Order: sequence, then structure tokens, then C-alpha cells
Amino acid sequence: MSPPLEHDYIGLSELPFSAAAAAGAAEDGALNLKETELRLGLPGSESPDRKEKVGLTLGLLPKVFGSGAKRGFSDAIDGAGKWELTSGGCGSEVEGGKGGALFSPRGEDGGGQLSGHGNAGKDVAPKADGQERKAAGQVGNSAGNDRGVAPAAKAQVVGWPPIRSYRKNTMATNPSKDKEDADEKQGPGCLYVKVSMDGAPYLRKVDLKAYNNYKELSSALEKMFSCFTIGQCGSHGIPGRDGLSESRLTDLLNGSEYVLTYEDKDGDWMLVGDVPWEMFTNSCKRMRIMKGSDAIGLAPRAMEKCKNRIRISF
Amino acid sequence: MTYFPEEVVEHIFDFLSSHRDRNIVSTVCKAWYRVERLSRRIVFVGNCYAVRPGRVMARFPGMKCLSVKGKPHFADFNLVPHDWGGFALPWIEAAARGCPGLEELRLKRMVVSDESLELLARSFPNFKALVLVSCEGFTTDGLAAIATHCRGLRELDLQENEVEDHGRQWLSCFPDSCTSLESLNFACLKGEVNAGALERLVARCVNLRSLKLNRAISVESLARMLARTPHLVELGTGSFTVEHRAEAYQRLIHAFRKCKSLKSLSGFWDVAPRCLQSIYSICPNLTVLNLSYAPAIQGADLVKLIRHCFKLQKLWVLDCIRDKGLAVVASTCQELQELRVFPSDIYGTGTAAVTEEGLVAISSGCSKLNSLLYFCHQMTNAALITVAKNCPHFTRFRLCILDPGKPDPDTNQPLDEGFGAIVRSCKDLRRLSLSGLLTDKVFLYIGEYAARLEMLSIAFAGDSDKGMVYVLNGCKNLRKLEIRDSPFGDAALLENVGKYETMRSLWMSSCDVTLGGCKALAAKMPRLNVEVINDRDESDEMEENPSDMHKVEKMYVYRTLAGARNDAPEFVEIL
Repeated sequence: MSPPLEHDYIGLSELPFSAAAAAGAAEDGALNLKETELRLGLPGSESPDRKEKVGLTLGLLPKVFGSGAKRGFSDAIDGAGKWELTSGGCGSEVEGGKGGALFSPRGEDGGGQLSGHGNAGKDVAPKADGQERKAAGQVGNSAGNDRGVAPAAKAQVVGWPPIRSYRKNTMATNPSKDKEDADEKQGPGCLYVKVSMDGAPYLRKVDLKAYNNYKELSSALEKMFSCFTIGQCGSHGIPGRDGLSESRLTDLLNGSEYVLTYEDKDGDWMLVGDVPWEMFTNSCKRMRIMKGSDAIGLAPRAMEKCKNRIRISF
Repeated sequence: MTYFPEEVVEHIFDFLSSHRDRNIVSTVCKAWYRVERLSRRIVFVGNCYAVRPGRVMARFPGMKCLSVKGKPHFADFNLVPHDWGGFALPWIEAAARGCPGLEELRLKRMVVSDESLELLARSFPNFKALVLVSCEGFTTDGLAAIATHCRGLRELDLQENEVEDHGRQWLSCFPDSCTSLESLNFACLKGEVNAGALERLVARCVNLRSLKLNRAISVESLARMLARTPHLVELGTGSFTVEHRAEAYQRLIHAFRKCKSLKSLSGFWDVAPRCLQSIYSICPNLTVLNLSYAPAIQGADLVKLIRHCFKLQKLWVLDCIRDKGLAVVASTCQELQELRVFPSDIYGTGTAAVTEEGLVAISSGCSKLNSLLYFCHQMTNAALITVAKNCPHFTRFRLCILDPGKPDPDTNQPLDEGFGAIVRSCKDLRRLSLSGLLTDKVFLYIGEYAARLEMLSIAFAGDSDKGMVYVLNGCKNLRKLEIRDSPFGDAALLENVGKYETMRSLWMSSCDVTLGGCKALAAKMPRLNVEVINDRDESDEMEENPSDMHKVEKMYVYRTLAGARNDAPEFVEIL
């Protein structure tokens, strides 16, 4: 059996949520949308302002892209991983906290890392005092953050609160109480949704319950649809291949690949990756792998709702 | 007494139900030792590394039931690295050789491989009951082996284990000839099972009294099974996802009405609050209700449900019940003995779901309360003092204030007085978990008043070594002490080394104990295993010879007759 990662349960409403709540809702006006918006973040990190975020992302991306904050999905994951590693240093901790913040899988690892870091930080004048450790965990992350740390901020401490892992894991897959729809039926153990890809001759179906996070889903989709991409499988007879490959090349050059989108319960097409994994699996009705160029039409509206995008790179 | 024939002595010993009593009589004289050991049927090993398996089998050849516990308690909270130990295989192998008449095996916090389960399944022809609690390391293949080979199996009880899913066929491995099951609990399995095979199994096991389904079981299936098991006493409902308009729901209500013996309910993972009405007919008979995995049931619906449950003795809920809901529990459930309130929103700063008010309400209504596990956002000394006065019968009192080191919000004082009142008032207190802001004073109180205390859990508490010393010198019956993130160091550790031989174990993590202190302890007390557990991340960076001044991240000390264990992983150093 593969050893479970030693990490903590990350609730859906952790620090960034409280930070958002405490910091007010200037951007969203009376509705205070920010307060209800769930963000993914490493504990102790602040979710930056959206406007700042774009600039920040570009600066941190390993690749240079065309316009907008576009990144390959795998880059996003790997990038987040890199940031984690540098979070040991003080300077990059801020960026690391912010940039790597947005995917729950990384968030979980980050949480474990951070708290492990906090606990292992004997050189940080250790008093065996939880407050001390919390502060140590928090210091780097909130340094230089112009929004400041919310007073209700809690850093994560390993093994606290003392709840059995089994319970934490089980509750993590339960739907959030506020979102429960009394009439909604949930599948017993699987949740198959259709996945279409622009240009592919047929659709596929995936079981969302078979995955625990966006990373696993994206790998599975990449495997499933890789045969439709140019140059990897020649026998599909996709018409106009030459034309496709030309635009494909252009796409590659511009760095815009395919974008994974999904239709949610309300019928809206959303970009995959914004919301916590559990929320996504609960609201996703079907998925579509769009060409990046198509997704721009989606973008202005979606831009309001997200800070980052999930991309599939083949 | 020594003139009595052995059969008479043995008969007298039959009346001794507790292990401790039997252990004591066996030390009286050689004759009694011999009679006792040959007649002992139930053996309990609290720490799997305290004694070698072979020795247990040799001493108790007539053993029928064996219970073994493995990892320290804090392993539940990810404080013990994954491969630390606690393997079941040596125990099963030894039992297979020495006690082939074994009928029951209970394991807690151990690593159980499929290989062990297969060996178990084949080695004991009279095997009747397997109970695994908080274990890991096995898959549904191991369960298949049990189902296939254990003829006459009566009980298969899997509680909160991490089981890897290798397919749904394991349940179909129960042969058609298997009709002996009385208790089946697979609630912790994540994967699907073969519903048809399950329904047939349930139908033919006429003595089935306890059935706990996992989340994958549909309501339709549940309704069918309930129709065949009207004598069921305990039920875990599975996900309970059903449309209240659906036919299955009607069938379910009908089936519930026929189950007059149902006393215990759990599950309800995905239930829609509207569908709770289906169990109103059973509620008046319920003594045990576990809704702690049902976050969909909020305050008002929860309260409506609980108003029907006036015979409840044991209630597990989430904190979305709120203080008001607890007040309803207090007025409705006069027979309540055990209450557990779990947090539903662990890191949120959202509205405080339960506070000291809820606990005070409970204490004023439920005078029979003796066991409490309460996760809350805040607690006051005044409240604890009131609770202590209202409920002097606590045997287990575990309070977890979610914010570590939080003081009394009304007075900004530490909670020393509150917990002090608890230990003073509850003379039978056996288990205590502390939280909130606490100074050395609380330990002074505990050392002085908690005479029957057996297990104490400390986190983020205390000011100095004195705190720990108060406890070690004071609590005569202390068996397990577990401490994390508290300022206790070598002086405290070495103050009363003899004490540790009277205890099962001591755990200290993120305290001020140094490697030198641990070495000193190990040197003074050869019959203790002093394990220094290094964080895996660090062990690569660990110097070859860390200095004695180096603080130890995690230390686990336990008495043992078996010497240093030979299955310790690299990151565990046994001094």
C-alpha cells in the first residue's frame, strides 16, 4: 500500500477564506462575493488581489507566454512544486505562498510541507509552544504582503486538531453543508461525465470519483486524449490535419494549448481548476477540452471568477 | 486457598472478568499462576512490543480471544511516521503455531497485510470473530481470504481502517454455506461491493444482528436487506441517498417500521434532511445514534430528529448541532451517558458552532453523562466548574478547544481552574485530554486529585518541567501519558524514572527533551525501550552523530520484556 502523505486535512475554508472575510470586500461591493468565494491557498498564505496576481504569475512562470496569464496545466502543478521547494527561503516565501496557492493537491502537500517546516524549524528559537510554531510558519508567508495577515489567521499545525485521519479523509469527500441541495442525487461511488475535445471524432467518459485532485484528472485526460493530438497517433484520419498542424504549431508557439472547461449545474461553462476539487466534482456535468483560442471568448466573463487556468498540454 | 483442588480455583478465577485481576492473582503463588495461565481464555496485549508473541502463546495455550494494540495513540493524528511498526503478522504467525484454537482476534492501530489475513484465514479452524480498528496495510483481497476460508465466521468488524480497494468481489467469497454471520461492518470500505451477493448473504444469515454498510450501498439495496432482517439491532445505513418521492423511500419506511429491535443507527453520509422522517418510528427505541458523518443534517433537522430519541445513551454528532441543539439534547435525552461532538469545519473561522454554553446545557440535563469528547471554539473556567458540579460521574473527559493555547475568553485567564474543578469533582476520572491555555497549575491539580487517572493527553500546555513532574509524582494509576508541544525537558523526564515501569507508555513530541536526556533514561532503565523517532524529511539531513544537546522531535518510551524490537525502520533509533 502506498504510504499516505503526512499532511493535514485542508478544510475548504482555511486561511485565505478568513483572510478574505476579514480584509473586507472592497472589490465586490455590497454582495461581498469575496467572502463567499472559496479560494485555494497554502495555509498562512494570503490570496493576492487579482490585479496583482496577473503580474505576479507572469513573473514566476517558468515559460514565457503570449498574452494573459496562461500556463500549461502540468506547468502549473510543477511550478507550484518548485515554489514549495523554495519556500524555505524567506524572500521567495511570499511568492511561493501566493503563486503555488491555487491547486488543492499542492495545497495539501504544501500544508504538510509548511507545517513540517514549522515543526522542524528548530533553528527558529524553538520554544515548544504552539504559538511560536504557528508564528514561524506564518512569518515568511505574510511578510511583504500588503494586505496584512487577518487577525483570525490560523497556521496549520501537524496533527491538530486531534481528529483521526479516517474522519478527516471521509469528511473531506462530503459535500460542503452550505452547498447541499436536498434533491440532488449523488452517485453511489462513481460520477461519470462526458468529455469532449475539439476536433476529436468521439467523446469519452470519465469517472470523477476515481480521482482525488486536479492533477490526477489532468493526467488521465492527457492519456485519454493524447492520441488525438498531432504527431502522436497517425491513424485517426482527422480531416484537415495539415491545416490543424499549422494552427497547432502556431498555438504551440504562442503557448496557448488546449483549455479544459466544464459545464456546471447552472449550465455555465467554467474553466476547470478554480474551485476546490470537491466542489468541482459536485457541480461538474460535463467537460470540454477547448482550443485555447476558443477559450478567450470564455475568458472575459470567466476572468472575473478566476485567477488561474488549467490547461492540458499534450 | 491453596488446599482447594485446581478445578475449584479455576472456577473461582472464572469470576474474575478483568485482565488486571487475573494478572494479579497469577502473581500470588506458583500454583495459582499455573491454574490461571491454563484457564485464561481472553488475552489483552496493550502494546504489541511489550512482550514477544511467542511468549504470550506459550503462557496461555488455551487462549481463545486475543486483543493487541500497536501504534501509540498519537498515530491517529499523523504524528507517527507511516512505517513505524506495529505489524500484525508476527502475532498471527505465533498464534498459528501456539494457539490454533484461536477464535477471536482484535487488533487496533496495527499494520495488517493481506499476507497476515490469508494466514489467519487458513490457520484457525474455529475462527469466529475478526475486529480491526484503525488498522491499515490490507486490501479487499485480504478480506476475500477471510470470507473464503473462515467457516463459521460470526463477526467481521472493520472500524475506520484504511483499506485499499482491489475490487468488489471479496463479499461474494462468502460461500453459500455461510449462514453464521451475526455482525458485519464494512462501513469504512470506499469501494463498491457486489450488492446482490450482499443481499443474499444477509438473507441467509438469520442470526445477523449488526450490519454496517458502506457509502456505496444504495437505499434500494438497504430497503431489501432490512425487509429480510427484522431482528437487526445495529444498523449503519450507507449513504442513504434517496429521493423522498421515490418508491424505494416508501419501502424503506415500511421496512424500518418492522425493525422493532433496532437500537443503534449510524451512517447517513449523504442523507437529505427531508428523508430523516423515515427513521422517526425507530428513534424512540434508539440507545446509540451516530450522526458524525452526516454534515448535511443541520441544526433544525437534527433537533427534530433528536426530540424523538428519548432513550439515547450514546450520541455522536457534528458541531452543526449548535449550542441550541445541545440544549434540546439535554432536555430530551435524560439517559445520555456518552456524548461526542466533532468539528465540521476544522479551520474555518466561521460562526462558532458550539461553545461552553452547549456543554453547560448538556451537563445540567444529562446527569448520567460519564464520557465526553467535545470539540469547541472556546471554553470558560466558569463553564467547566459548572459542568464539574453537575456531572461528577465522568470517567472520560476530553475537551478540545480548536485554537491551541486559547484562554478563557471572558477573563483571559488560563483554564487551570476549570480543569482543576473537573479532576476534583470526578473521582472516577480515568481518561483526560486537556486543551486551551494552561499553566503548570493544572498539572498540580491533576497530580493531587486525579487518583484514578489512567490516560492523560497534553498539548500546548504548561510552563516548565514542574508541570510534568506533578503528574508523574501524583497520578498513582497513570498508564499512558502523551504530550506534544509542551515545555517539558530532560529534568522532568528523568525526575522519576521508576514511574515508567509502572506505565504502559510515554509519548513526547515537540517538547524540550534532548537526545542526551533520552540516552540517560535508556541507560538507567534497561527494561524500557526508549525510541527516538526522527522525521523522515530530516533523516537524510541528519548528521551521523547528532549531539546530545540536539532536541528530540519525537520520543516514545514503553516498558517491555522483549528488549529492543528488530523491526524498527531506519528513522527510529532505540537507545
